[in-house]
Amino acid sequence: MQKIYVVAPSPHLRDGATTRRIMVDVCIALLPAALAAIWFFGLRAGALIGISVASAVLCEWAYCKLARKRNPTGDWSAVVTGMLLAFNLPASSPWWLAAAGSAIAIVLVKQFFGGLGQNFMNPALAARIILVVSWGSLMADWAMPDAGNWLAGFSNGPVDTLSGATPLEAMRAGGEAAQYGLWDLFIGNVPGILGETSKLALLIGGVYLLLRRVINWRIPVCFIASFVALTWLRTGALYSVEAGVDSAVYQLLSGSLILGAFFMATDYSSAPVTPWGRIVYGAGCGVLLFLFRSYHAGMAEGCAFAILLMNVVSPLIERVTSPRVFGEVKRSA
Amino acid sequence: MAVFLRGLPGGIRIREFGKGKEATQGLPIRDAKAPVRVVVALRQHMGEPNVATAKAGQKVDMGQVIGAAEDLISAPVHAPVSGRVVKLDHCVLPNGLYTPAVVIDNDFQDRWHASCTPRDHVDALDATQLLQIVREAGIVGLSGSAFPTAAKLAPVAESPVDTVILNGMECEPYLTCDHRLMLEASEQIADGLVFAQRMLGAPNAIVGIEDDKLDAAEAMRQAFANIGANVRVEVLPARYARGSERQLIYALTKRTLRQGILPKQVGATMLNVGTAAAISCAVRQGKPLIDRVITLAGRIAEPANLRVRIGTAIADLIDECGGLTEGVEKVVLGGPMMGAALYRLNLPVIKGVNGILAFGKESVLPQARPCIRCGRCHDSCPMGLLPNHIDLVARSNRWDLAQKHNAMACMECGICSYVCPSKRNVAQACATAKAAIRVRQAEKAQKG
Repeated sequence: MQKIYVVAPSPHLRDGATTRRIMVDVCIALLPAALAAIWFFGLRAGALIGISVASAVLCEWAYCKLARKRNPTGDWSAVVTGMLLAFNLPASSPWWLAAAGSAIAIVLVKQFFGGLGQNFMNPALAARIILVVSWGSLMADWAMPDAGNWLAGFSNGPVDTLSGATPLEAMRAGGEAAQYGLWDLFIGNVPGILGETSKLALLIGGVYLLLRRVINWRIPVCFIASFVALTWLRTGALYSVEAGVDSAVYQLLSGSLILGAFFMATDYSSAPVTPWGRIVYGAGCGVLLFLFRSYHAGMAEGCAFAILLMNVVSPLIERVTSPRVFGEVKRSA
Repeated sequence: MAVFLRGLPGGIRIREFGKGKEATQGLPIRDAKAPVRVVVALRQHMGEPNVATAKAGQKVDMGQVIGAAEDLISAPVHAPVSGRVVKLDHCVLPNGLYTPAVVIDNDFQDRWHASCTPRDHVDALDATQLLQIVREAGIVGLSGSAFPTAAKLAPVAESPVDTVILNGMECEPYLTCDHRLMLEASEQIADGLVFAQRMLGAPNAIVGIEDDKLDAAEAMRQAFANIGANVRVEVLPARYARGSERQLIYALTKRTLRQGILPKQVGATMLNVGTAAAISCAVRQGKPLIDRVITLAGRIAEPANLRVRIGTAIADLIDECGGLTEGVEKVVLGGPMMGAALYRLNLPVIKGVNGILAFGKESVLPQARPCIRCGRCHDSCPMGLLPNHIDLVARSNRWDLAQKHNAMACMECGICSYVCPSKRNVAQACATAKAAIRVRQAEKAQKG
C-alpha cells in the first residue's frame, strides 16, 4: 500500500507570520508605556493593567464557551484589548471598573459582532466611552503622577490621592497656561489616563510596530500630520512659550493623540485596508480631533470620539478607495 | 508593505526551507534512467484531448505520433521511447483529471521514427513551415501552463507582434531547471527564440532573468553574441510572481495588459526558455517534444535536475534520486506556490511538469483562523486586488460581489495565502470565485 500524502490547495509554503505573533508584538510594543505608567502612577497602575487583561481573557474564554465557539484566547487578541482598555483608565480607578471595562470591550463590542476581525469599532475605545458615560466622575479622577513612588494610590482614603487637571483640561480652563513643561509632557510626568501620558514610551512601541511591519505608516503619520498642521494653522504657533498650550507641539504631546495614532486608530478590523483608505482615515481622525479640541469645550479629550467616528465610516472609505487593479487604466468601483 | 518596483504592485520574497534553489542550481542536467514503461497521457495541454493513433500490440518508434491533435489549441503527443504499445489505458493527471493514456513498454533501442530527421536548410524555411514544424512537434509552454506553442506563435493579422519576450525569471522557489538550461543550452535557447521571431515576424526580442541568476544572464548574452542576434538581456530583481505574463511584459516593455487582453494585442508574446530550446530542437534536429528537464528538490535524498521522458512514473524519478527523506508529508508537482499536491506518486510525468518537490510538516497548514483584516494580502498582491474581500464574499457564495472586487483579474499566484497570518486559503477562495463567475457568465450567455 502506497503512502497517501497530504493534498491541499497551493501555495504549499507559508510565511512565518501568525495572528498570535502579531498580537504578541502589539503587547511587546505596549510594554514600555505600561512600565512608564507603573513608574509614574505606582504599582497600582500595574495591578489595574493586570486585572483588565485577566478580565478580558476570562470574558473571551467564557463567552466562547457559552456560545460554543472555538476557544480563541490562544491568539492573544484579548490580552491586547485588556491592556489597551487599562491604558484608557485613570490610575485611581477602582478595581471593578477595569474588570467591567474589559468585559464590555470583549463581550459587547467584540464578540457580539462576531469576534476577532469583525468588530466595527475599536473595542477598548468603545468600552472607554461607555465607562465615561456611565461613571463620568470615576473616569475623570486624575491622579497626579508621583514618579518612583511604587505605592502611590495604594493608601487608604481618597484624600491621599492628589488630583490634578490633565494638560488639556488645564488649557480649557484657561489662565494657568503651560502648566506642564514640554519635557514632562514628553516623558509622561502629567496626569491623565494610564497609557497616554508617556509619549516617549508610546513612540518606542510605535516604532517597534512599524519596524515589525505590524502597522503601516499611513494611519499614524496622516493622523498626527493633519492634526498638527491644522493646529499650527489655527494658532499660528508651532511652539513658543507665549503661545503655551495653544502651540502645535504642546497639543501634539497632550492627551491621547500618540496612543490613539499608533495603537487605537491602527486596529485592523475597524480601519480600512486600502492604502488610500488608510490615508483618508488617518487624516480624518486628525481633522476630527482638531475640531473637537479646538471648538468643543466639553470634548477637550476628543481622541476616542475622533477615532470611533472614523471607525464607523471606514467601510465607506474602503469602498471609495478601492485600489486600481494592475493593468486597469480607470479606477474601478 | 506595497513595493512599487518599476510600477508593479506587490511581489514578495519567499522563504525556502532547507537549501531551496541552492540545492540544485549547481547540478548539471543529467539524463534520467530510461523508463521500463511509460504512460503517455492523451491530454497534456490546454484544449481538447488527443485522439489515440496507436493500437495495443503495435510497435512504435521514438518520436512517432501516438495521439493526434485535432483542433488548433491542441498539440500531438509522441512516443517517448521505442517499443511496443501494451494497452490503451487511463491515468490521473496532476490536476485530478482522469484521462486516456497510451502505455508503452520500452525496448531500450531508442530507435527514432523515420519522420524525425535533422534538417539541413533551416534558413530556407518560411514562417508557415516553421509553425507547422512546431505544431507537429507537440510543443507546449514548458513553464507549467502547457499552452500549445504553435497557437501562441501564429501571427494574427490585426495585432502584429513586434516583441518576443523570453522568460528566464523562474521565480518559483526551489526550481532551477530553467536556470540550468540557460547555462547549458544557451545557444539552443537563443536559436529557438530567433525562430520564434521569424514565425511571428517580430523584429525585437527581450530576455528577462532574475538577479539571482547572473551567470545565466551572462551565458545568454554570450549566446546571442555568438549567433549574432541583437537581443536585450535584462536582469530584474528576484521577487516572486514577477515571472508571470502581465508582470514580465510590463517590466520589459512598459506595455500594460488590461483585463481580458491577450499579450498579442499589445504586440508581445512570451516564451519560456525551455520552450525556446524545444523549438530549436524540433526545427534543426526534427525531434518532437518527448522529454523535458525537471527539478527534483526539497526532502529528496539526492536533489537533481533530470532530463526526463514524458510518461515516466514520478515514483521512479524519486527513487532514482535516492527516494524521499524522513518526514515527507506532501509531494508537489511544479513549484511550491502554484504546483499541485499529489495523493500518490503513481502519476506519469506530463509536458507541463517542471518540478517534483517533497515537503515535510512545514507545508501542512493548521486550521484557518478568522481574517483579522491586516491587509497583507492586498499589500503584496501583484494585481493590486483586495483578496481579503474576495475571500469574505466567497464564504457566502456572493459571486456577484466577487466579480465587483475584480476576482477575474486574479492570476492565482498564491501570494495572498502565503502572507496570510491567519493561514486562510485566500488564493483558493479567489480561484473558486473565478470558476463560479465563469459558470454564471456561461449561463447568462446561454439564456441571452
